[in-house]
Amino acid sequence: MRTSYPADPRVTAGIVALAAIGVLIGGAFTGLILEGIHDLSGAWAAFDPYLLRVVRFTLWQAALSMLLSVVPALFVARALSRHPRFFGRAFILQLFAVPLALPAIVAALGILALYGRAGYFAGLFSAAGGEGWPGIYGLSGILVAHVFFNLPLSVRLFVEALRTIPDDQWRLASQLGIGAGPAFRLIEWPTLRAALPGIAGLVFMLCITSFTIVLILGGGPAATTLEVGIYQALRFDFDPARAVMLTLLQIALTFTVVLALTRLGANIVGDTNLPVAQRRHLSVTSIETWLNAVLILLALLFVVGPMAATVTAGLGADLGRLSGETAVRQATLTSVGLAFLSAVLSVMLSVALTMARRALAVNRRAGPRTMLEYATDTGAGFVLVVPPIVVGAGWFLLLRHAGDAFAIAPIMVVTVNAVMAMPFALRAVRPAYDAASERHERLCAQLGISGWNRFILVDWPSLRRPLATAFAFAMALSLGDLGVIALFGSDSVRTLPYLILARMGSYRTQDAAGLALLLGFVCLALVLMADRLGKGRSHDA
Amino acid sequence: MTPEGMPEKGAVVRLEKVSFSYGEAPLVFDVAFPAAKITAIMGPSGSGKSTLLNLVAGFERPISGRVLIGETDVSAEPPSARPVSMVFQENNLFAHLTVEQNAGLGRSPSLRLTEGDRAAVADALARTGLAGKEKRLPRELSGGERQRVALARVLVRDRPVLLLDEPFASLGPALRDDMLDLVAAVHAERRMTVLFVTHQPEDAERIAEHVVFLDNGAVAATGTADEFFAGAGPDVFRRYIGANTGGAVSRDIARKRT
Repeated sequence: MRTSYPADPRVTAGIVALAAIGVLIGGAFTGLILEGIHDLSGAWAAFDPYLLRVVRFTLWQAALSMLLSVVPALFVARALSRHPRFFGRAFILQLFAVPLALPAIVAALGILALYGRAGYFAGLFSAAGGEGWPGIYGLSGILVAHVFFNLPLSVRLFVEALRTIPDDQWRLASQLGIGAGPAFRLIEWPTLRAALPGIAGLVFMLCITSFTIVLILGGGPAATTLEVGIYQALRFDFDPARAVMLTLLQIALTFTVVLALTRLGANIVGDTNLPVAQRRHLSVTSIETWLNAVLILLALLFVVGPMAATVTAGLGADLGRLSGETAVRQATLTSVGLAFLSAVLSVMLSVALTMARRALAVNRRAGPRTMLEYATDTGAGFVLVVPPIVVGAGWFLLLRHAGDAFAIAPIMVVTVNAVMAMPFALRAVRPAYDAASERHERLCAQLGISGWNRFILVDWPSLRRPLATAFAFAMALSLGDLGVIALFGSDSVRTLPYLILARMGSYRTQDAAGLALLLGFVCLALVLMADRLGKGRSHDA
Repeated sequence: MTPEGMPEKGAVVRLEKVSFSYGEAPLVFDVAFPAAKITAIMGPSGSGKSTLLNLVAGFERPISGRVLIGETDVSAEPPSARPVSMVFQENNLFAHLTVEQNAGLGRSPSLRLTEGDRAAVADALARTGLAGKEKRLPRELSGGERQRVALARVLVRDRPVLLLDEPFASLGPALRDDMLDLVAAVHAERRMTVLFVTHQPEDAERIAEHVVFLDNGAVAATGTADEFFAGAGPDVFRRYIGANTGGAVSRDIARKRT
């Protein structure tokens, strides 16, 4: 029998945070289940060949996107790691972080501006193909966009994996005269192979739940995924029964994938930290150097293309008029306000969960983990399994009967985005808190420093920077999100992404491009800030 | 700050059939540490030296048995309520607080210090050789100075039991001797009961009056330092000393989990 000390307030905070998340997600499921029971036959009727086609397409595009992102990334990452020092390397890796910061709608517009029917390359492609360039819509468009996002992400993750190879191994390799081929087989591949399932799984997961890209570039019922299907069922067909069926399938699908992923040891939260260059002892032949240079250049062009197109197309818009429009001003204010609240909430949730997890782990010592600790740890990451559109759909259905579902749009946008950004915020906050706690836990226990006093005196100084990082990142995520707002948006509540979508819908492409530039710029600035804050070392004794 | 019923200087520390387990073989301690004396706790790595200190400090809770300080059963008390100060091998200080603040925490966990508290802090810092360094941050101090701050806090905190968990293991020999002398001076003044975990026989010989030797999670031998170091110690201890001189000692320390 172990005697126990009084309850730790940190654990209480964690329980409150979990309860809040539980209400948000539980409420959505209640809405879905009530709707399903209400209209059982309708739900079954929704199970038709079209639905199967949607499921098949969802899986197919995700598998292809994964292959096209991960396989080239292996070689680009290897090329980068073979040349640890050359002019512009750090810049390239920085550039490869940009897609992660860009809202999907901005990237989609950039890709359209480049490869679309009226894009910069349209003339070139028309001349080459002999007939009018139809523009990339459908599967090809989705794939290009997904590779644009996930190739650089995979490259960075692989580079990071390769960086874990001890320098001694490279010294040994160059001393023994091991060439590029054998070095790949003996040294690099084992490391890459270990990282491969996790990275491939992450990309697959991201592609299976991708919404904005498919909505904008899918271009029709032939190229629709489950997420977009849910949105269309609710917004256009108003067929709640079908929405319920699609939602259940989507959850089953993502859950299966995530379960398989955790088996493979993947981390379903992507990383944003930049690998730092280090001194390496490598002997690279000149032929290999040229091949690597070409490979890196091709990847660079592919990634830079849509970004450059976003900028030029955006500058082509009448920015002066746009900035004067009341609709734009209001959307900007709404976006910033909602994103700010969302980021605050997200950071609070992640701090509460981090503290509770650590407190539980410290008090547990050697025993098995409790359910509560599991929930504050791995469990928190599982919110990513529940697509935002599903949470939105559930509440939409639930509140439809209670009155105007659109009225709660701001609350939905703030809470859902906060919860969706929470796993990323956790990743910024947790290592810092755990490291500080590792150093301070016994000292605090001994000196009786606890509760609020402890937060101000001990935790805050070491959490300040990671909290700022988490905040900026959560705000960027929330600012660029077109998930919940697509469902709940209306003339009275419009965010920037929603406004962009509306302008595209009314064929005011130039306006959309201008707004996308603005949105992309703000998000990028936020993420750069997050990165800068995250890299600054806090005090170390 | 003084808990109710706290005994005056130098209380006996007793572990009565205290059992504890990290999920492997259980450790069982049944031992008493004499009041107002310095007792060295020695033994091979993994023998349970640090665990014993953690049980006394309250960082670990026994599965069964009682921990007594003076006549009070503290088994259910949280660490901050026990009449105990502890100095760890490292991380004794908060990196973002000044020397003065770190020592002041020994008086008030919220750093709300009275004039009297401040005077006590200044006095303790002066006596540990830190005068003039009050405003420095831990990173601006040497390893030895950081441990001096920890000792200053012990003085400020003024509890009847002091636990030292290899606090000087990462210091060089000369510096270590200085620190040991400082501990001896603090002890001479305050007469607290000191439990001193160390790997170095010469450290124990320098300041300890008693020795408790642990092996395999239990007390293998106890006695006075004179007996132990005059070669009259028990076999296990002689084997330990013999097998751990020179290189073997430092290897043992290098492997020590901190």
